[in-house]
Amino acid sequence: MMLDDLARGLATTLKMMFEKPVTIQYPEEKRRVRTRFKGRHHLQRYENGLEKCIGCSLCAAACPADAIFVEAAENTDEERYSPGERYARVYEINMLRCIFCGYCQDACPTEAIVLGDNYELSFTDRRQAIYTKEMLLDPVPPGGQPTPQRTPSGVYTRSVPVMKDPSD
Amino acid sequence: MAKLVTLTIDGITVQVPPGTNVVDAAKKAGIDIPVFCYHPKMEPVGMCRMCLVEIGRPVVDRATGELVRADDGSVKIQFSPKLETACTTPVSEGMVVINTSQKVKDGREDILEFLLTSHPLDCPVCDKGGECPLQNLTMEFGSGQSRYIYDEKMHSAKHVPLGDLIYLDRERCIQCARCVRFQDQIVDDPVIGFYNRGRALEIVTYSEPGFDSIFSGNTTDICPVGALTTADFRFGARPWELNAAASICTQCPVGCNLTINVRREAISQGRMAIKRIMPRQNEWVNEIWICDKGRFGYHYVESEERLDQPLVRKDGKLTPVSWDEAINLVSMRFKQAGSNLLTLVSGRLSNEDLYNIRKLTDSLNGKSALYTQMGGGDVVAQVGMSTGSNLANLGKGDVILVIATDLHQEAPIWWLRVKQATERGAQLIVANARSTRLDRYAKYPIRYAYGEQNNLIAALVQLIDPQKFVDAKAIKHLSEQSIIKDTAEALKAAQNLVIFFGNEGSGVADSQVLAQTCAILLATTNHAGKPNNGLIPVWQRANDQGAWDMGWRPPTDLSTSIKEANALYIVACDPAGDDPRLSLTPDFLVVQDLYLTPTAKLADVVLPALPFTEREGSLTSGERRVQRYYPAIPGRTGALADFAIAAQIAKACGITLEERSAAKVMDAIARENADYAAISYTELANVEEQWPIIGRADLYYGGTSYENKQGLGMQLQNAVQKGEPFQISLPELVEQSGEGLLAVPITRLYDRGNTLIPSQLLRTHLVSTVMWINAKEAKQQGVEEHDVVQIECGETSALVTVELEDAVPDGVVLVPRSVGIPISEPCRVRLHITERV
Repeated sequence: MMLDDLARGLATTLKMMFEKPVTIQYPEEKRRVRTRFKGRHHLQRYENGLEKCIGCSLCAAACPADAIFVEAAENTDEERYSPGERYARVYEINMLRCIFCGYCQDACPTEAIVLGDNYELSFTDRRQAIYTKEMLLDPVPPGGQPTPQRTPSGVYTRSVPVMKDPSD
Repeated sequence: MAKLVTLTIDGITVQVPPGTNVVDAAKKAGIDIPVFCYHPKMEPVGMCRMCLVEIGRPVVDRATGELVRADDGSVKIQFSPKLETACTTPVSEGMVVINTSQKVKDGREDILEFLLTSHPLDCPVCDKGGECPLQNLTMEFGSGQSRYIYDEKMHSAKHVPLGDLIYLDRERCIQCARCVRFQDQIVDDPVIGFYNRGRALEIVTYSEPGFDSIFSGNTTDICPVGALTTADFRFGARPWELNAAASICTQCPVGCNLTINVRREAISQGRMAIKRIMPRQNEWVNEIWICDKGRFGYHYVESEERLDQPLVRKDGKLTPVSWDEAINLVSMRFKQAGSNLLTLVSGRLSNEDLYNIRKLTDSLNGKSALYTQMGGGDVVAQVGMSTGSNLANLGKGDVILVIATDLHQEAPIWWLRVKQATERGAQLIVANARSTRLDRYAKYPIRYAYGEQNNLIAALVQLIDPQKFVDAKAIKHLSEQSIIKDTAEALKAAQNLVIFFGNEGSGVADSQVLAQTCAILLATTNHAGKPNNGLIPVWQRANDQGAWDMGWRPPTDLSTSIKEANALYIVACDPAGDDPRLSLTPDFLVVQDLYLTPTAKLADVVLPALPFTEREGSLTSGERRVQRYYPAIPGRTGALADFAIAAQIAKACGITLEERSAAKVMDAIARENADYAAISYTELANVEEQWPIIGRADLYYGGTSYENKQGLGMQLQNAVQKGEPFQISLPELVEQSGEGLLAVPITRLYDRGNTLIPSQLLRTHLVSTVMWINAKEAKQQGVEEHDVVQIECGETSALVTVELEDAVPDGVVLVPRSVGIPISEPCRVRLHITERV
C-alpha cells in the first residue's frame, strides 16, 4: 500500500522533470499581463497633446481607498491644459493606498485615467509612493504639443467630448 | 390666531394656517414636493412646473352648501383632470393631495426631460455638481433617456462674468428666475433680468459695473443649477470634499451666522485652507442671507503677510524671538509701568479676549481704553433689544427709527430686515442729514443738519412728553416741523419700537448723547424692556457691544491718554495707520495683531494673534445676541489666540487667568458679569427647529445655505427687562454752531480696512480716497469733479479726489472712513486744489 503511493509520487516527479518549467527568470524575463490586468494608472492625452483629465475629481470620489487627490484650476486660451474650462492643477495617487480596483477608470467622464500594465511598483520611502501628475501623464503623442498650450479661442469649449453615439 | 386649514397629503393629515401653499404644507408634514422656481422666502410663480401634484377637493352641493358624501358616508373628493402646481395652490379645507402616484411621477419625468433639453450635462466640471437640485432631482425622477435629438441642443456662452464676483453659464440656466426675483423682491436691486424669450431666454445684467449689488453672492446659493457660481469658489473643490465649520461673520455688528468650508490643499503647502464662506440659517439674525463683504472678504485670514512669531526690537530692528522671551519682557515692563500702562483694544476681539485683557490690565492697575469712534454701549445694555426679540416679528403697527446711519452700507443685513419689516406693514422713520437707500421705504424721511441728530430725538421726546426738554431753544425749530410732529404721533401710537442709531455726523461724545436721547425716547413711549423693542447700535466692528459689556470705554481724549502712558498695549487696532498725527512714542509699546500694521512697525514688541477662523470665541452683536464661533482650520504655528496671550503675560506677572479654553473664559465672564450669567458655550450651542427648513437633503427647497446645528446664540437681558431702574438723565442740548465747510466721515461697506484689503476679489469694489460734495457747494468752493484736493482738518491733511454727489447737503463734504483719511469725527476743513485733470 505505502510502496504504491510512493511509486506514484516519484512517477509524477519524474514526469515533471521532463516538462517545460513554469518559472521565468524575472526581472530579466517578463510575462505579458492579461488584457484586463489593472496596473499602474496613466493619465491620457488627446492626439494634439491636450490632457484628457479635466480635474473633476470624480475618480477621487469613486476611490474606495481615498488614494486620489485632485485640485482643479481654470484653463485659459493662453494657457490651456485640457479642453473646456477646468483642468487638474494637482493630480496625485498614493500607490500605497491604491487597491487597483479600477473604479477611478469607471468614474472618469473623459477616459482620462486608465489602469495600465505596469505592476512594478516598489518604494523605499512613503513619499515615493505618491505619483504626481507629471509621473502619471502619458508622453506627448507624435505631432502633438506639450501642455500648457496656446490655443485659438472658441475651439476647446467643452470639457467632456461630444458623444459620437449616445448609446455608447 | 387664524383658524387652521386641515388637508391630507399622501394620507397624512396636516393642519396649516390659511394661505399656506401646498409645497410648504407638505414640508411641514415632512413630505418633499420637488421644486426649482419656488423658494420659501419668495412669492411663488409656478414657472418650472416641477411641483406638479394631483389635487382633489371635496365636492360641495351648490344648492345646500353641504359636502356631498358617498354611500359609505365619506366626503366625495373631486380630482382635477390635470396635475396642478403645488407652489401656486393655496391649501383649502378638506383638500387631498397625492404626491406619489404614477401620474405625478410621469409628470415630473416629462418636466425634467424638458428642462434638460439644452442643459449641457457638464456636471463633472460644474461647481454645483454634488449639491445641485437639478442633478439630484434628475437622479430621483428623471428618465435617464431623452427623446430629444442631441445635436439640437442649444449652445450658449459658458463663461459670462455677470460682475467680477459672479459668473453665469447660460447653457445651465433653467429659467427659474430665482436670481432675478431675489434681486428684485428681496434686496430691491433689480440689476439682473431676463432678455429674449423661449429657448433664447437669457439672464443679463443691466448695471454698470455688472451685477452691482452687495447681496449678489446669495443668488448662487438659491440657483437650483450651476448657472450662477462665485468667482471666489470657481473650481475650488467639489462640494463633497469640503469640511464645514460653524462661524460668525466679523465684518459688522449684525453677527451673521456662517459656515466655513475648508479643505486640505496642495497649493497651500498641505495646510487646511478656507475654500468658501456660506450662510448658515439663523432666522433671528440673518435668515439665510449674507452680504458679499462677509462672503468674499475673508481672505485676510490666510494672508501670507500674517505674523507667525513674536518680534522684539533689538538695535532698532524688530527681530524674531521665542514666546518666552517676548512674554517675559512684556510682563516685566508692564509691571514696571503699573498704573502708567494703557491698554487699547478694538471690538474686533472676542468677548473672551476682551475679558482676559481687561483682567490683566486691571490687575496691574493700568488704564484701559476702547478704540472706537462711537459711544453708547452702556445705554444699549440698559435698553437694547430685549430677549425674545426678532426683527422678523416687526410688522403692522410697529415703528422702526433709523438715525444717523446708512444701514445699507454699514450693516447690510439689518438694512434688508428693516426693509422687509416695512413690507410687512411696519412704519419706518429714517432720519439722516443726507438721503440714504433706506429712504425709499420710509414713511417719514427726516432731514436735519449734521450735528442736530440729538436735538431731533429730543424734539420728538418733547412732542410726546411736553414735561421733558422744556423750553429747550435748540429744538424749537425742529419740533415745529409738521413731519416731525407726524413722526411723534406715529411713535406714540407704535406697538413696538426699534431704534437703530449710528455715528454719522457725531464723534464719540455726541453719539453717546444720541444713545441717551434715543433711550429716553424709548422710555417715554413706554417701549423700553419689552420684546421686539429696543435700541440697536450700528457699531463699526463686530464686537464693540461685547467690549462695552466687558467694561471697556472709549477714552475722553485718546491722544492725551496715549501721551500720559509709559507703556502701551495695543490689541487688534491700528491707531497709527488711521491717524498719523498720533504720536505713539511711549517708553514701551506692545502691539498684538495679525499683521505688521503701521502701529506694529513702531512697536518694541509685536505679538502675533490668531484670526477668528483658527480659534474659538464668542461675539455680542448689536442686538445683544451672544454667538459663538468654532475653529475652522488649525491655528498657524507661532501665533496664539488673544485671550491666551493675555493669560500668558498675566502668568508671568503672577496673575492667574484661563489660557487654554475659551469656554472656560466664558464661564469666568458668566460668574462676574450679571448680564452674561446665563451664558455658557453649551447654552450658546443650543438650536431649535427653524422655518423654513433648509440645508437638508432637499437642497432644491431653500438652496445651499447651511442648516444651523451649532447654535443660535442667546440674546442678553437688558437692565430694564431685569427690572433695574432706568438710569438715564436728560442730557444738555447744545445748539449747532460753527462756521465753514464741515467734513463728515461716513462708513462705506467696502472700505480699506486691514481686514478687507487682502481680498483680491473685492479690490475693484473698495472705496478710494475720495471726497463727496454736491455740485452747488463744489462751485462755491471752486472745485470740480476729479480734482485732487488737499483737505485740511486742523493740523492734519490728506489728498482726496473730488466726486460730485447730489445727496450731500450744502456746506458739507463727506469722506469715507478707514481709507487712510485721518478724519474720524466731523470737523471743519479747508480745501486746496493741488491737481486738476
